[in-house]
Amino acid sequence: MGDLKVSIKDESTTGLLSDHINLIMTHLDTELFQLKNEIIEMWKLVGLQLKKTHNALITFDKDLAREVMATEKRVNAMELKVDRDCENIFALFNPVAVDLRFVLAVLKINSNLERIGDIAEGLARLILIVENRFDAKLLEATRILIMYEEANKIVEDVLQAFENEETKIARGIFMRDEFLDEINSNCHVVLIDYITLNPDKIEQGLYILSAIRKLERVGDQCKNIAEEIIFYLEAKVLKHKGNTAK
Amino acid sequence: MTPIITTRFVNLFYNEFQALKNINMAILPHTVTALIGPSGCGKSSYLRLFNRMNDLIDGVSITGDIMVDGEMIYNKGIDIVELRRKVGMVFQKPNPFPKTIFENIAYGLRVNGVTDAKFISEKVEFSLHQAALWDEVKDKLKKSAFELSGGQQQRLCIARALAIEPSIILMDEPASALDPISTAKIEELIYELKRNYTIVIVTHNMQQAGRVSDHTAFFYLGELIEFGDTKEIFTNPKDKKTQNYITGRFG
Repeated sequence: MGDLKVSIKDESTTGLLSDHINLIMTHLDTELFQLKNEIIEMWKLVGLQLKKTHNALITFDKDLAREVMATEKRVNAMELKVDRDCENIFALFNPVAVDLRFVLAVLKINSNLERIGDIAEGLARLILIVENRFDAKLLEATRILIMYEEANKIVEDVLQAFENEETKIARGIFMRDEFLDEINSNCHVVLIDYITLNPDKIEQGLYILSAIRKLERVGDQCKNIAEEIIFYLEAKVLKHKGNTAK
Repeated sequence: MTPIITTRFVNLFYNEFQALKNINMAILPHTVTALIGPSGCGKSSYLRLFNRMNDLIDGVSITGDIMVDGEMIYNKGIDIVELRRKVGMVFQKPNPFPKTIFENIAYGLRVNGVTDAKFISEKVEFSLHQAALWDEVKDKLKKSAFELSGGQQQRLCIARALAIEPSIILMDEPASALDPISTAKIEELIYELKRNYTIVIVTHNMQQAGRVSDHTAFFYLGELIEFGDTKEIFTNPKDKKTQNYITGRFG
């Protein structure tokens, strides 16, 4: 992950906000860049939270899981700050056109990120509840680790799409979310087999099922975020449309 | 931080009519304060107190304390010329002198006794830079100020005010006669200028108050209804009257 600051770097990018800055740097631009910095900072924290639960699952590190739970408060505080700043920008600057779409998008992305933060907390809680290290065969059979890697990558890539104003990357998220959906849909068959063969590990199986459901929702949140990025950059509303139409 | 302008229990009368009622306010240095309110609410009368522009109106009487930069400006013996040097003013309509662009700025310096041509020349350039006008006029300083557009003339008037190094700039609807692009330039300028100056601006444009100011004061029928952080005023005003006014429901 690079520097959190985007102010100068963004002047050389090709996106709408950057074109705007080449014309005239207004007070509103400063506010928008601060907002962009804030949401990127939150994004990176949320991404890190998810990665930590991934590591905690692999290494069965309960301290790391506790750390995730404690850090969730910071995510919540950041959500409130972004909410407040969006409210101020609406009230004080009356943004229009691309600026309006940007602030609207950030407001919604903020909620999506906060939910990913909640999911990470939920995943950390699962690790704290389970008494024994997860069975490697269970992790492999359910493909949860592959799912985790993809979910982490999706969070990173959707951030890249936002940061660099790249709708192509954002559109790529829709198909990748389907990959997570597929693992989620298939896991119960795998789990039935596993539990049948390992009746002493029913609890582990149920926790993994719960974790997979949560990771599937990370994909959904990222899909929503990708839709918001496209709305902001292209003024196209993709909600409630099938992936092929997008 | 010590306020640069303080008013305590200020009342202003135009003959029998009371235009300001017991106004208490403190304005901090290097901030932009917007005065808003419907026509006749007293906001311009309040603004004009700070450089004693109201003195020019017949039948005016003022009570209460008005302190600018540590000085009670309505005390006897106050040097009004010095006060107006310290407290510059920009009006609603651009009012350049019928002189060249250069002379519009140099004039104030000469009136204040500056004779050094090099200093004047440097000061003219510096002031035009500060008013974000230099690039547009640097090749036509000898041309008449009237050849400039309305927005440029207004920035020239701001440069003229800046040249004599005031600490406070009063602006009475400085952008209301300008097109949106010129208005945006003036607003950006105000935002930049607060680094070095304290600005008090009267505006009918609520969005403008939101965009440019740190603090906002809402006046109604000569009373100061609410004064506070602009973010607070525009997101969560405490007084119902303020809310009705900024949401356009005033009736």
